[in-house]
Amino acid sequence: MAEFFSALNNPDIAFLRYAFLAGLLGSIAFGIIGTYVVTRRISYIAGAIAHSALGGIGAGLYLQIKAGIAWFTPLFGAVLSAVASGIIIGYVSMYARQREDTVIGAIWAIGMATGLLFLTKTPGYVEPMSYLFGNILMIARSDLFVICGLDAAIIILSTLFYNKFLAVAFDEEFARLRGVRTGFYYLLLLCLTALTVVLMVTVVGIVMVIALLTLPSAVAGLFSKQLWQMMIFSSLICMVFTSLGLGFSYVYDLPTGSNIILFAGAVYLLAIFGAKILKRRKPQRSM
Amino acid sequence: MSEELVITVKDMSFSYNGKLVLVDVNLKIYNREFLSMVGPNGGGKTTLLKIMLGLFKPTSGEVRIFGKPPERSLNLIGYMPQYPLYDPQFPVSVMDVALMGRLGHHGKGLYTKTDREAVMCALEEVDMAAFYKHRFSSLSGGQRQRVLLSRALVGGPMILLLDEPTANVDLEIENRLYEILKELNKRMTIIMVTHDLGFVSRIVHRVICVKKKVVIHPTSEISGKLIQEIYGHDIHMVRHDHVSRKEGHNNGRVFQCPE
Repeated sequence: MAEFFSALNNPDIAFLRYAFLAGLLGSIAFGIIGTYVVTRRISYIAGAIAHSALGGIGAGLYLQIKAGIAWFTPLFGAVLSAVASGIIIGYVSMYARQREDTVIGAIWAIGMATGLLFLTKTPGYVEPMSYLFGNILMIARSDLFVICGLDAAIIILSTLFYNKFLAVAFDEEFARLRGVRTGFYYLLLLCLTALTVVLMVTVVGIVMVIALLTLPSAVAGLFSKQLWQMMIFSSLICMVFTSLGLGFSYVYDLPTGSNIILFAGAVYLLAIFGAKILKRRKPQRSM
Repeated sequence: MSEELVITVKDMSFSYNGKLVLVDVNLKIYNREFLSMVGPNGGGKTTLLKIMLGLFKPTSGEVRIFGKPPERSLNLIGYMPQYPLYDPQFPVSVMDVALMGRLGHHGKGLYTKTDREAVMCALEEVDMAAFYKHRFSSLSGGQRQRVLLSRALVGGPMILLLDEPTANVDLEIENRLYEILKELNKRMTIIMVTHDLGFVSRIVHRVICVKKKVVIHPTSEISGKLIQEIYGHDIHMVRHDHVSRKEGHNNGRVFQCPE
């Protein structure tokens, strides 16, 4: 690991430092939004949103390279398609509940199909693997500022609307009866999920980003008493996962995304297992 | 019980996906009445409750709460939903659950000291004040029910709507819950969905029978024959001696509804 820390200070491999910082900064957004995704049980929706981002990434690359529209970056395209998917799924689940899973599956696949089509028609060699499984070489200095901006937005919104988000996640119907515009908060949550997911795609990739969103929160949920504690713990756990995964992948020359996710998965399984054993040891509570 | 009308339902029908759920409902409910709502599963009890809450819109006819449509009277109604809806692992404290009942009381941002005081009062009323710091999911079924009741109370409602408050609760807790409700009834109207007709004859004034059609009976009219009519013929009577006794009876559950 000492090797990793000295590499972080090495000015010649700036990409490693950027990836490290992207992981730490992104973890804040992931912890907060992941907590909502897990408690609200919408990880499948978050999965569809993440995968639909490939459509936007492909469109962005195509328009930039083939059509010469420089401002239409892959990141911009990804944000656009992810947010659009989030809003579509949100409306479908609010107004046509029984068809929700069909639409989620469709958006998931259509996004991927569109992306692949654009990628193959983009001149030059574009590697879909980088987007699907992450590639820390793609993280630019400017990405760090974007992630910082997202963190700030998410911290402000989730503090300001904490009580309402909590009420909607716990008991949506009751929240509506207390005059909370539950539809608005649901759509807002899906949009924030879309933004969060997209910004970490470069680190862990489209396919695996969903695990990084949900596993830290699932672990934190085992011992958090309150939702805000769960957010703080999941952010910290997420930081540990990304840093460890990155360090490991640097030292042993392994794919970063896979390492991060395998760390997360292993800790999650151990935590679930540990919680089960602890529970069995505790005497049963009476009424 | 005063003669002030709190809920009026006039010629109301409701269909869901083309299927008639409630037909020609007419109800007049007066201030500080205690009513129970009985009927077979799928008979429309919860639907009627949700129409009174404004969650469902009637297909025809109208519902008025204090003369206004339900969605404009939300602050006057306290609602305690049916129990098994919650994620058992949801990380939230008793205080925070009860505070949700105060959401309608301020514009934006965080809860105030007044909100917290109102919550402590309501928790006191249901004997749960000592638990305010506990994690909601660590409570027993009966304790959770009481916290949800306090959540319905913190807004200072005039009407309390309860959907099967005694489901998943053992007999002792159930009796305690009824004592609390009896006390609350001194200052508010209560409508409660229940399968527990034993309770009905003890403190409820009238019984709303819901089976597509809706009929109100004074408690004294509730007899074995009527119960048969309400629930159909395949019901399973556990006891028979309860209905005729004038003072009612103390042993909680006397009746089970067919599944």
